[in-house]
Amino acid sequence: MSSGVGSTEPPRSAGPGFAGVGAGRLALETRNQLVGLFGIVERNMYLTKRYFLWDLAFMVWTIANTLTIVFIARGLHLPPAEENTAAMALLVGATIWAFLGIIFEFMTETVAWERWEGTIEYTFMAPLSRFVHLFGQGAFAVLYGLIRAAILFLAVAAFIGIHAPNANYAAALGLLALASLSFIGVGIMTSVLPLISPEKGAQLGFVCQGLMLVVSGIYYPVSVMPEWMQWISKISPATYAIRGCRNSIIHGTGLVWADVWPLLIIAVLATPIGLAVFRVGERHAKKHGKLKRAG
Amino acid sequence: MSFAPSTIDLASRLDRQAPAVEVRDLRKTFKRRDRKTSGRFARKRPWPALADVTFTIARGECVAILGQNGSGKSTLVRLLSTLLIGDGGEARVFGHDVDRESSTIRRLVNRVSVEASFFKKMSASENLSYAARFYGMTPRQTRTAIPEILTKVGFPPERRGEAMENLSRGMQQKVALARALLTSPVLLLLDEPTTGLDPRSKLEVQEFIRQVRAEHDATILLCTHDMAEAEVLADRVGLLDRGRLLFLEPVEDVKRRFKVDTLEEAFFAATGREFVAEEGDENDDEYREVFG
Repeated sequence: MSSGVGSTEPPRSAGPGFAGVGAGRLALETRNQLVGLFGIVERNMYLTKRYFLWDLAFMVWTIANTLTIVFIARGLHLPPAEENTAAMALLVGATIWAFLGIIFEFMTETVAWERWEGTIEYTFMAPLSRFVHLFGQGAFAVLYGLIRAAILFLAVAAFIGIHAPNANYAAALGLLALASLSFIGVGIMTSVLPLISPEKGAQLGFVCQGLMLVVSGIYYPVSVMPEWMQWISKISPATYAIRGCRNSIIHGTGLVWADVWPLLIIAVLATPIGLAVFRVGERHAKKHGKLKRAG
Repeated sequence: MSFAPSTIDLASRLDRQAPAVEVRDLRKTFKRRDRKTSGRFARKRPWPALADVTFTIARGECVAILGQNGSGKSTLVRLLSTLLIGDGGEARVFGHDVDRESSTIRRLVNRVSVEASFFKKMSASENLSYAARFYGMTPRQTRTAIPEILTKVGFPPERRGEAMENLSRGMQQKVALARALLTSPVLLLLDEPTTGLDPRSKLEVQEFIRQVRAEHDATILLCTHDMAEAEVLADRVGLLDRGRLLFLEPVEDVKRRFKVDTLEEAFFAATGREFVAEEGDENDDEYREVFG
């Protein structure tokens, strides 16, 4: 028999120097982490394939839900051009809501789904860095969310007959990709919630999503909110993503620095903070035996 | 042949002088709801899962820890596999501290637990690929390694594309064993690996563990309540009772010390109680951690 157990022999090499060993180990570790990252994305692809029909049903629900919002523009009885602009503004908001919903769903599922399946202990005892683990989950969520958001946008725009003759889709996508880095960081913070409360933690992720969007001008300009909410909106990445995407799609604006720099700063801060929060939650779970807990 | 020789730099992580496992005064206490009170404000009392446990396992040794449900076996395995943080004492794996050097230990250790946990909708092959990626195994490597290891554990290769939910408990446990071995661990933690299996599957799994021992440089910690299994597989047998390790020595020494013929009798002599190993008892570690 020749199973893989106990392969402890040193690698056959010409015997690199001290620096060579260090660099070699770093390269090996980086390679292993990248393979692990691929593993997370690959697993999500398998699961998406298995639950395809359920996802399709959920997509129909998202489209129906978005239609209920965008039809509001029709009910305002505005001149056609203004009605088109209002409908597009609502559609952009609803699409970003759906996109963000996917990211938060995937991130909270990092723990919740694996706990439900019982695989969480095997994943958490594997030599994959937590950053790679969570970032891999976020990366798949962004890719999957972008595809769904594009389908949603096109389906609703076609159904209602909204036109966007000046749209700069490349700029809107670029801004959304940049905002996604921040969304992943915030998502990492919320993904720890099921570790702390197996029963209610996942739902609390959606509360965070709702709170973020309510201050970000999802269906209205930020200026209509009370001043204290406007202050909070400044630290929400969704504020800049929604504003920028709206301008790009309705007015054809390119990437605007006023939207880009806050997103860059939030992206740089959100991921380390998210990871720190997750580490505290993981340690708490390991201390109190909550890692494997069916909830 | 090794399945993952180029991806896991184990040699540099092993302290060849250190024992495979070194546990000293290890303590872990959970809080458990007091049965006499109930409701939201029910009192919780400390429940020691491990109380000053000390032992050493030499490299290449197979040690069985016996114990009834709730004796602390699973807690011990979880502590050694970095899934729990102890309250006191220390545990080292090949010289590395399980708490402070957990990332190093994760490369060295793998585990098979009583419940074969998998993504139920995914196939055996997909589940194994997922696990293998975490240890740096690429699709090209797993394409050959997975069918090979599945064949070795007695899993029919033609069923590797079937969803896990369609496989029997015995088949799932074989895939669990394959998952642990695929990543080339030097310390294998087996937590009730044959519990709930039919007699034939049980024998097959035991035979495979024996083969792994015979042909590879792996250290095995087997936690079980099956005394016959411990006796045939292990070099030394320990008894964990209510979080305390009462002894850890070769089976013959145990029998000689207590002047008995069987391990059941040794248990009775050591604890004054009959050995009862009911499955799914609310006193087991799982219960304590989940509802405690």
